[in-house]
Amino acid sequence: MDLSSLLDIVDSTIRLSTPLIFAALAGLYSERSGIFDISLEGKMLIAAFASASAAAVWGSVVLGLCVGILASVAFSLIHGVASITYRGNQIVSGVAINFIAAGLTIILGQSWFGQGGRTPSLFGGGRFTAVDLPFAEAVRDVPVLGPIYSGVLSGQTPLVYVAFLMVPLTWWVLYRTRFGLRLRAVGENPAAVDTAGISVTFLRYRAVIICGVLTGFAGAYLSTGQAAGFTRDMTAGKGYIALAALIFANWKPVPVMFACLLFGFLDAVSIRVQGVELPLVGQVSVQFVQALPYILTVVLLAGFVGKATPPKAGGVPYVKER
Amino acid sequence: MAEPAIELIGIDKSFGAVRANRNIHLTVERGTIHGIVGENGAGKSTLMSIIYGFYQADRGEIRVAGRPAAITDPNAAIAAGIGMVHQHFMLVHNLTVVENVMLGAERSPLLDKGIATVRAELKRLETDHGLEVDPDAVIEELPVGLQQRVEILKALYRGADILILDEPTGVLTPSEADHLFRVLKQLRDEGKTIVLITHKLREIMAITDTVSVMRQGEMVATRKTAETSVAELAELMVGRRVLLTVDKRPAAPGAPLLSVEKLSVKDSRGVTMVDDVSFSVRAGEIVGIAGVAGNGQSELLEALSGIRRALRGKVAMNGRAIDPTREADPAEIRRIGCAHVPEDRHHMGLVLPFEENENAILGYQDDPRFQKGPLLDLAAMRGDARDKIAAYDIRPADCRLKTANFSGGNQQKIVLAREMERDPDVLLIGQPTRGVDVGAIEFIHKRIVEMRDAGKAILLVSVELDEIRALSDRILVMFAGRIVGERGPDASESELGLLMAGVDGKEAAE
Repeated sequence: MDLSSLLDIVDSTIRLSTPLIFAALAGLYSERSGIFDISLEGKMLIAAFASASAAAVWGSVVLGLCVGILASVAFSLIHGVASITYRGNQIVSGVAINFIAAGLTIILGQSWFGQGGRTPSLFGGGRFTAVDLPFAEAVRDVPVLGPIYSGVLSGQTPLVYVAFLMVPLTWWVLYRTRFGLRLRAVGENPAAVDTAGISVTFLRYRAVIICGVLTGFAGAYLSTGQAAGFTRDMTAGKGYIALAALIFANWKPVPVMFACLLFGFLDAVSIRVQGVELPLVGQVSVQFVQALPYILTVVLLAGFVGKATPPKAGGVPYVKER
Repeated sequence: MAEPAIELIGIDKSFGAVRANRNIHLTVERGTIHGIVGENGAGKSTLMSIIYGFYQADRGEIRVAGRPAAITDPNAAIAAGIGMVHQHFMLVHNLTVVENVMLGAERSPLLDKGIATVRAELKRLETDHGLEVDPDAVIEELPVGLQQRVEILKALYRGADILILDEPTGVLTPSEADHLFRVLKQLRDEGKTIVLITHKLREIMAITDTVSVMRQGEMVATRKTAETSVAELAELMVGRRVLLTVDKRPAAPGAPLLSVEKLSVKDSRGVTMVDDVSFSVRAGEIVGIAGVAGNGQSELLEALSGIRRALRGKVAMNGRAIDPTREADPAEIRRIGCAHVPEDRHHMGLVLPFEENENAILGYQDDPRFQKGPLLDLAAMRGDARDKIAAYDIRPADCRLKTANFSGGNQQKIVLAREMERDPDVLLIGQPTRGVDVGAIEFIHKRIVEMRDAGKAILLVSVELDEIRALSDRILVMFAGRIVGERGPDASESELGLLMAGVDGKEAAE
C-alpha cells in the first residue's frame, strides 16, 4: 500500500470519527452525571435534520448549527425532565426519544420540503467548507510530513477541529474544574453531593444540556459538514457506536477519542475492502467489518478486554432516602 | 455558663402516618460529648438529619449558640458550624481523599487553588489532632476506619464546631473504635461539641459527658453519664428491664456434628484468609469465634455454608463428609440439615424488594410444602410466614410488606426465623445482632440458647466480644486466618482482646 492510499484512509478515519467523538463526549457528560443516555442517536438525527433545514432555508451554516443545537438541547431536556425531575426509567425515555426522532424528521421533512424526507441540497454558505491551515500549499512537496500536514491535518471542515479540541477541553473540565469534580461525584454517589450542599438536580440538568449541545454538533456535522443535506436515518447507528466507544473507553475523555478513532478507522476500512481480494482470507464481507465495533464492545463487556466500570449511580434516579 | 451549642425546642417530624419525632426538646452544652441513645427506629437519625438540614422539621425551633437558626439545607448547617458524619459514609469511592474533602467547598471554579488549600489544611489537622491520612489515596482503597476519618476531616475542613456522628462504630473494629474515641475526646478538649448517636450503651458510658434517651420518637430522659448506669439507660430505651446477660444452664454437649480439619480458604483476591484451621462443634453446644473483623471469620463461614470453595481441608457435617473444595453448593449443605444465618443480611440474607413471605422461604422454595404443581403455593407461603411472624414477634405483623420497610432488627428476625424454623442440626450464625436494637438482641440470644438446649450444634461468629462471651460454651479466637487460642466462657475480656490482637497465649498469661 502506498503513502497516498494510506493517507486516504487516515483522512477518512478522521472524518468518520468526528461525529463519534462529539456524540461519545456528549454521552460522557450525561453518563458521568448518572443519567444514562441511549438517545444520542435520536438527538443526532434531530440535530442533523434541524441544522440542514435551517441552513437550507436561510442559507447560513452557522445559523444551521445553532438551530441544530437548540433542537438537540430541547430533546435533552425532555430526557432530563423524564429522568431527573420525574425519576422515570432512563432507558425507556431514551428509546422513546430515538423513535420520536426517527419519525419526526421524516414527517417534518416531507411536509416542509416534499422531497421524501430529504432536505434540499446545501451549497455555498449552507455547508461547512474545508479550512486550509497556514502554509498547507507551501509544504505540500516536503516528503512524508508534507502530505500529512496538507492532506490530512489541513483541509478539514471546522467542526473536525472543534471535535478534536473538545477532547482536551473535556479532560480539563472533568479533572481541573469545580464543575468536573462535582460531575464525577454525582454519577458515583449523589447522596454525597447532596449532603455537601450541592443540588443534584441542577448539576444533572447542566450535564444533560451539555450533552444536548454536543450531540447538536455531531448532527450538524453529519448533514452540513460531511454531507450536503439531510437524508432519512442518516445517523445509521452512529449514536450507538458512540455509546459503544464510551463504554470501550471506560467513560474517560482521552480514551474516548482513541476508541472513536478505532471505530472510525474500521468504518473507513470497510468502505475500501469492499470487493477487494485479500491474501489468505479472500474476500472480506463488508457486513463483518461494519459489525466489528459492536463485536468489540460485546467482547469488552463480556470481560475479555479490560473491564468497563460505569458510573455507580448511573441509571438510578436520585431520591433522598427516608 | 456559655450559651448551649444546640437547643432544640419542640421539634416534630412525620413521614406520612409515621411520627418519627414528637415534641423533642434537647440542649447540648458547648464543649461536651453528648450521647443520644435509642433503639433502631426510635427517631435518632431523623432528628440529626433535621439538625443537619437534610430534612425539615414540621414544627419547632433550632437554636445554635443561643440564636434561632433557619437550617433549611446542609449548606445552612455547614454555615452554622454543624458537621455530620453519616452512618453510611457520604464519600465518593473512586475519588481521592483531597477531592472528597473539597467536594462542595472548592472555593473557586478551578480546582488547583482549592487543592492546595485542602492539602495545607489536612496537614494542619494531621498535626493538631493526629488525624493522619494520605491525601492522594483513593477512598475505596482505604480501610473503613480511615474512610470515617475522611468524613470527620470533611466536617472539620468546613469549619465545624459541632460534630454529629451517627452510629460511628457500627463498621469499626474495636481498636479503630478506641482510636476514634481518643480523637473525639481530644476534639472536645479543644472546645468542639460532639453529638454521638448510638445504640451501644458501652460506648455511651465510655465516652459521653451527657446522655439523652429516645424512645419511639420521643426524648424520654437526659442524664449526666457519671450519674447513670447501663441498666438504667437500657430500661429507659426499651421501657422495661432488660437482661444484658444471657440466662443459660451449663452445656451438655454430645457427639460432634460439625468437624473441620485443616481447612484453608482463599478470598477472591487470592489471599489466604483461612489457614489450616481445625475444630469441631458438638451437639448441644455453642462455639463462638471471636476476632477482629477481617481475620478470616467471614471466609470460614462462607466455606462451611457452601458459598465459597475452599482450597483444601476436610469437613464433616451431621455425620456426612463434605468435600469443601468442590464446586460451591449451598443447597447441598441445607439438604443435610445445616442452616446458615449470613453475616450481612442485606447482601446475602434477604432480597429487600421482595415481600416478607417470599424472603421467609428463600432458599427453601423447593420444599414440597410451598409447591402446587409447577407453581408456588402462595397461601401456604403466607400461612407459614404468619406463623413465623407470630413466633418471632416480627413487626409490623404484615407478611405482604416489602422487606426493605422492616427495621434492621426485624429484618434480622426474618432471617433467623427462616433458618431456625427449619430445625437444622447444625446452625452457622454470623453477626446475629449487628445493627439490632436491645430488645431484639435479648430475643435473638434467647432463641440461640434454646436451639442449643434442643441439642443443636451452633457455630457463632461475631465481632461483638460481649456477645461471644455471653453465648458461647467455648470460645475460639481467630487471628490472621488461624485459630490462635481456645478459652472457656469465663475468659476475661482483656485476655481475649490480646489474643484477638495476635499476642499469643503465653504472653497473654504473663
